[in-house]
Amino acid sequence: MNTAEFDTLVIGGGASGMAAALSAAEEGWKVVIVEREEFLGGILHQCIHNGFGLHYFKEELTGPEYAERFSDMVESSKITVYLNMTIMDIMKEGDGLTVYGLSMDPGMVRFKVRAVVFANGCRERNRGNIGIPGTRPSGVFTAGLAQRLVNLEGFVPGKECVIVGSGDIGLIMARRMSWIGANVKAVVEIQPNPAGLTRNIVQCLNDFDIPLYLSHVVGKIKGKERVEGVEVIPLENGIQQPEKMFSLECDTLLLAVGLVPDNELARKIGVELNQETGGPVVDSRLMTAIEGVFACGNLLHVHDLVDFVTEESSRCGKFVSEFLIGKRPEKQYRTNPGKNVKYIVPNYYEGARENVFYMRTLIVKNNAILSVKVKGTEIYRKKLRHIQPSEMIQFSLKEEDFKLIKDKGVMEVSIE
Amino acid sequence: MKEKKFDVAIIGGGVVGAAIARKLSSYDIAAVLLEKECDVSFGVSKANSGIIHGGFHHGPGYLKSRLEVQGNRMFDQLEEELHFPFKRCGIVVAAFSEEEMKTVQQLYRNGEANKIIGLELCNRARILELEPKLNRDVVGGLYAPAGGIIEPYRFVFSLVESAVKNGVKLLTDFEVVSAQRSNDHYEIRSSTGDIIFSKWVINAAGLFADRVSSVFGAEEFRIIPRKGEEFLLGRDSSSRPEHVIFPVPGAVSKGILVIPTVEGTTMIGPTAREQESKDDFSTTEENLNKVFSSARRLIPSLSQREIITSFAGLRPALKGGDFYIGISGQQPGFIQVAGIQSPGLTAVPAIAEYVKDLLKKDGLVLTEKIDYDPSIPDLPRIRYSDNNEIDSLIKENPAFGRIVCRCESVSEAEIVAAVRNGHTTLDGVKFYTRAQMGKCQGGFCTDRIVKIISRETGMDIGSITKRGRGTYLARNRIGDFEVKDEYSRV
Repeated sequence: MNTAEFDTLVIGGGASGMAAALSAAEEGWKVVIVEREEFLGGILHQCIHNGFGLHYFKEELTGPEYAERFSDMVESSKITVYLNMTIMDIMKEGDGLTVYGLSMDPGMVRFKVRAVVFANGCRERNRGNIGIPGTRPSGVFTAGLAQRLVNLEGFVPGKECVIVGSGDIGLIMARRMSWIGANVKAVVEIQPNPAGLTRNIVQCLNDFDIPLYLSHVVGKIKGKERVEGVEVIPLENGIQQPEKMFSLECDTLLLAVGLVPDNELARKIGVELNQETGGPVVDSRLMTAIEGVFACGNLLHVHDLVDFVTEESSRCGKFVSEFLIGKRPEKQYRTNPGKNVKYIVPNYYEGARENVFYMRTLIVKNNAILSVKVKGTEIYRKKLRHIQPSEMIQFSLKEEDFKLIKDKGVMEVSIE
Repeated sequence: MKEKKFDVAIIGGGVVGAAIARKLSSYDIAAVLLEKECDVSFGVSKANSGIIHGGFHHGPGYLKSRLEVQGNRMFDQLEEELHFPFKRCGIVVAAFSEEEMKTVQQLYRNGEANKIIGLELCNRARILELEPKLNRDVVGGLYAPAGGIIEPYRFVFSLVESAVKNGVKLLTDFEVVSAQRSNDHYEIRSSTGDIIFSKWVINAAGLFADRVSSVFGAEEFRIIPRKGEEFLLGRDSSSRPEHVIFPVPGAVSKGILVIPTVEGTTMIGPTAREQESKDDFSTTEENLNKVFSSARRLIPSLSQREIITSFAGLRPALKGGDFYIGISGQQPGFIQVAGIQSPGLTAVPAIAEYVKDLLKKDGLVLTEKIDYDPSIPDLPRIRYSDNNEIDSLIKENPAFGRIVCRCESVSEAEIVAAVRNGHTTLDGVKFYTRAQMGKCQGGFCTDRIVKIISRETGMDIGSITKRGRGTYLARNRIGDFEVKDEYSRV
């Protein structure tokens, strides 16, 4: 069996993995990226629409363009890249980690490394996860699979289409399907508010006269061989109104019903998972409870913008570098999601440096207040013009913010 | 079609037909297996609980019970020869009241009468020791260590592969629509106009056995489809039991079970409801809730959040509930094998023996084949291999090094093997390899599989289907449809 030694191994060569690898390599470490597809860039390749890079590059790019900026940087760096390789196994061995990667050429490789970064992204929730009843015909696709069939393979999944879920992926696929001559009959959203960005509602639905059914669910899929239609049921105060059910004929159903971290591998090595995000529990330096194992990007929690993925993952690369030179945080304390907060990442903070946090709220509100308390003492307060669950909130606490408190302890973040 | 004349035609490529075909392949006769779908195991057998029953649900008065007991014992050798996933994990029946314990005692007596070895009546402590995840309200139960689990479609595929290897002709997409007797044989015609001739006919048509019987002018009976909805939890469920967990059975069915499938997932079901339609496989939210509340009575930690998919199957039930296996009294050379519902899968190796004896009794001369080979190759699979084994697999065939389905660790070499074995639909590949069966349910690998099928068969991607007829995936290419003018300006 081939063996190879590196300081750090990054699992996944998408936006997250490339940023983490570049930032660790900048510090002079020997870094390897293992990517299972035949190219770097991950899911960005199928996202041929624009809107990427506004925060990070201050310009508007398509997904492949955004990916290319980073893959060019990786290529001109000293980072080693294995493409078409799948990580099969990862285990703690001695004071380092052993990782097994599988590919056609050079076959199985055993990597001996000091640190591993999980940056292998997320996957789509599917029909089974949301339990849509009915028959099991062909023509039911997750939106991402349909996007791949269209944008990478040149196929049209179907002619008459209904989309479940008004998140950005659902909206972008509504437009994409219209552009290739399919008739998008409806986007069906269970919540009373659209889940995606307002600009996408306008540009992807309104411009194409596609109806958006808020507070509706697909109650049944019909069709024996191919999808023949769906039953749509309105909700009132969150309760299904079966007597108001109506049918839509279609041959294709696209499901854009959310993403979840692809945490199978992390689970394999015994990383504790956060029930709210589905990603690993990490400390203030994005390290899991297993020493030398880090996590970032959509594998840690699902982001709404790739720019944030890049920011978080670059930071992760720096934390890996600190770890490799032996720096450890002195003392860390829990961060807890409080009132109206779904989750906060990371799950720990430390007082002696700047801490960056990402979080999601459970509520939709204008002029909300974000409040951070440590043992009852408020150390940070921020006004937020508009908040909603689909939009991630970012804030950071500087070293001086913690000077307000004498007695450090659990931090609670709430929104009112 | 060159070989048109056969001694025996078996109608139905489900587990029953497959087992009979394989049995007959050990004799010097010409046999043909006729399947109306595009692949075998695509009917009743694909949506089956996969349980090898423990021989205690009925006493020896039933034919199905006798064949169940006999069939159960034959699985170890079958596994050795055919390498389908099989495990004797044992069955636990959990009772929650003294009343239920009385029924359990009856089950124990059934098992005793059937001469089942190892059957054990358990008190509360013993049953909880066997199965710690059980509801603490359990009062006792039954333990049947000889019970087990298999992957039913893999079993069928292996049986058919073995039968074909030993000379049985397999004809898929062959739906029997008419039959005529002349001289000593039947002329059997398919819906597409193909004709074959056969001296004997075995009706193993599952849900459609009544229709086939009437096509041949044999006995009239009615198969009553009884739907079973099943719900599947992902590999990592913490609620996965060690044994198959049964409730105490009711009058109609064995109840809602919790099944630790042989491949690591957890299955909950099946419901049992009679219906008219033979092609309604829909699932309902109402039944999802019912199944979960019943299953949670057995294992309270089961969570709907862990569901990765659901599906429904139809049992081919007959009035009276027993199997109907026998030589037709109305048509010569016609053998009925109908009403094979639970415990049909368990009984099937014994059914094949039984049918072979009936053929003999009816005058078919059976001479053992000298070159009969009961074994088929054991295809290596990445998920069963350790890192060193994988390393040497890749040296032999680099395609083992390319993982196509990440959730179930299925390599390209395994997909190619499925296609070369004749499984050229997405479902066929799925049942053969498990690709698309994991957490993402094909979200990441469907496009890759389609490309491999196309490369291996030369089929155009647009003509590749989920499971044959009408179940196309994506027939059109960009540019096929006219796009509204105004959209190009948006």
